[in-house]
Amino acid sequence: MNGYNFAYLDEQTKRMIRRALLKAVAIPGHQVPFGSREMPLPYGWGTGGIQVTASVLGQNDVLKVIDQGADDTTNAVSIRRFFARTAGVRTTTRTSEATLIQTRHRIPETALREDQIIVYQVPQPEPLSRLEPSRAETRRMHALADYGLMHVKLYEDIARFGQVSISYDYPVMVNHRYLMAPSPIPAFDNPKMHMMPALQLFGAGREKRIYAVPPYTEVRSLDFDDHPFRTIRAPHACGLCGAADVYLDEVVVDDRGGRLYVCSDTDHCAGRRAAGHVGADGMQEAAE
Amino acid sequence: MAYVTVKGGEQAIEAAHTWLAEERRGDTAVPEVSLAQIEQQLGRAVDRAMGEGSLYDRALAALAVKQAQGDLIEAAFLLRAYRTTLPRFAYSLPVDTAAMLLQRRISAVFKDLPGGQLLGPTYDYTHRLLDFSLAADGAPPPSSRAEPDEAAMPRVPDILGQEGLIEQDGDGAAEPGDLTREPLRFPAPRDVRLQALARGDEGFLLALGYSTQRGYGGTHPFAGEIRMGEATVEIEPPELGFAIDIGDITLTECQMVNQFKGSKTLPAQFTRGYGLVFGHAERKAMAMALVDRAMRAEELGEEVTAPAQDVEFVVYHSDNIEATGFVEHLKLPHYVDFQSELENVRRMRREAARVAERAEAAE
Repeated sequence: MNGYNFAYLDEQTKRMIRRALLKAVAIPGHQVPFGSREMPLPYGWGTGGIQVTASVLGQNDVLKVIDQGADDTTNAVSIRRFFARTAGVRTTTRTSEATLIQTRHRIPETALREDQIIVYQVPQPEPLSRLEPSRAETRRMHALADYGLMHVKLYEDIARFGQVSISYDYPVMVNHRYLMAPSPIPAFDNPKMHMMPALQLFGAGREKRIYAVPPYTEVRSLDFDDHPFRTIRAPHACGLCGAADVYLDEVVVDDRGGRLYVCSDTDHCAGRRAAGHVGADGMQEAAE
Repeated sequence: MAYVTVKGGEQAIEAAHTWLAEERRGDTAVPEVSLAQIEQQLGRAVDRAMGEGSLYDRALAALAVKQAQGDLIEAAFLLRAYRTTLPRFAYSLPVDTAAMLLQRRISAVFKDLPGGQLLGPTYDYTHRLLDFSLAADGAPPPSSRAEPDEAAMPRVPDILGQEGLIEQDGDGAAEPGDLTREPLRFPAPRDVRLQALARGDEGFLLALGYSTQRGYGGTHPFAGEIRMGEATVEIEPPELGFAIDIGDITLTECQMVNQFKGSKTLPAQFTRGYGLVFGHAERKAMAMALVDRAMRAEELGEEVTAPAQDVEFVVYHSDNIEATGFVEHLKLPHYVDFQSELENVRRMRREAARVAERAEAAE
């Protein structure tokens, strides 16, 4: 694009961000403060992820952007267009074709590979923020690995509700050392982070923090021996492709309680349907 | 009814933006507003966009106000996003507000002082009656304004300082921080706090400043001085070795003088709260000075109990570009998280129902 550098950010800024990324990779799960720039998109809409993507993107990369698992949600469209415009890179909706995937709120169902990078958009990088608002204090707690407060919170949930009440942005322990916010992905996706072959990068623009999980790193969702971590998903199969082991969106189809459950990962669903899988509501769609 | 996957986000975005452009222009039978008109006749809006946009450029600010349809936070956002891409070829020397060419200068602590009181173009003492003559075109009556006063107008804290009655100003020798380049760290030094306040949201600072007056972290303020006028900006290129004047900017400065009882090591003296804002922005400068002083509570050994005294609270929440982005991001899709919440609530309700059933059966 005229008047702007490749992928919008100037090279000095990219270098600053890459230095933060290197530190983040070297200390898995540790939040590295960085000089987050003001982007032409609003804070809270992916500015951290965009800055990380811009800093690692190369001309030969193939970029996929998803929001809620889907490539065609408006903000995903907007961010993909931003990079198509400022970097001119090839974009794709196919998880397996992408070398770089920027995501908000989901990890694709298709397992990621060593030659891929996934960039998460993070609204709140501090996993302790709801328990302790002061960042000066939470920094100290991370330094001392003082995570008692979070264990007490989980314990209180179990005492009160019989189970942990966190269903997304479920805190994880990275490499046995740092408590980390996995970003608001559903707890269903947490196990995918564990020993993932792909590099996982996290960008929080408004909060000015970067963190990372290197390939093949242990990522454990917090739990207790007698109350092991459980994932949550709607107990249904995808109405379009019939997949029963994926995360589902709940779609309201009428005002009489009618619901349709469909894959949240649109690429995964399309791939399955192309391979001939049909869900209970799939024929109906094909007929119209 | 069958479910059809939602497609066409791209076309929808395109269509929304062309609709917006049409709405911005409004009825084409009405003449389009020019940037010069905005800059000249909506000067306070331009000033606010410059201040919170952190970029002194009246023409660009006028463009931003026009593009944002008068939404000043949106206008500041446009300026910020533009500003961040600009190369920084020089840093100015500190501007000397004592040498400003003043249009307005008032002190609430001395009846008269060297240089005198100068009301200038102010809304103070106007009766807030709608002026229907403005609804029609026409030139205002000629003003009887004084020529800018070139006489020395020392700043009130400097006058108090001669007697040692007010604390010394910071020495300012160290390189000031820049929160647009370096992430915030706590404890945040005063230079960074002042930068955050100068860029901060006028409404937020106004409410916080007001809260200190109503008992939430009171600072016993007096408006030592408020001055507005033009200050010279100078840079000192290393190859020249002396300062050169690169232009003038309009600034509003407020120096609050606050009571301080002294401590074991310090005799009683007045303390300072400082406000400095681009353009004519007196409300913001005053609120900023109140909040600056409130945030110095810890440094001055006062008890920190109120929101305005909590540096992290103030500095993390004063930026309206950050705030508006995050508040408004709630309209982005959240259905993945909401779905997991739905399942969670359903599961917990089933569990509760089972417990209740068992209790009933046991009775």
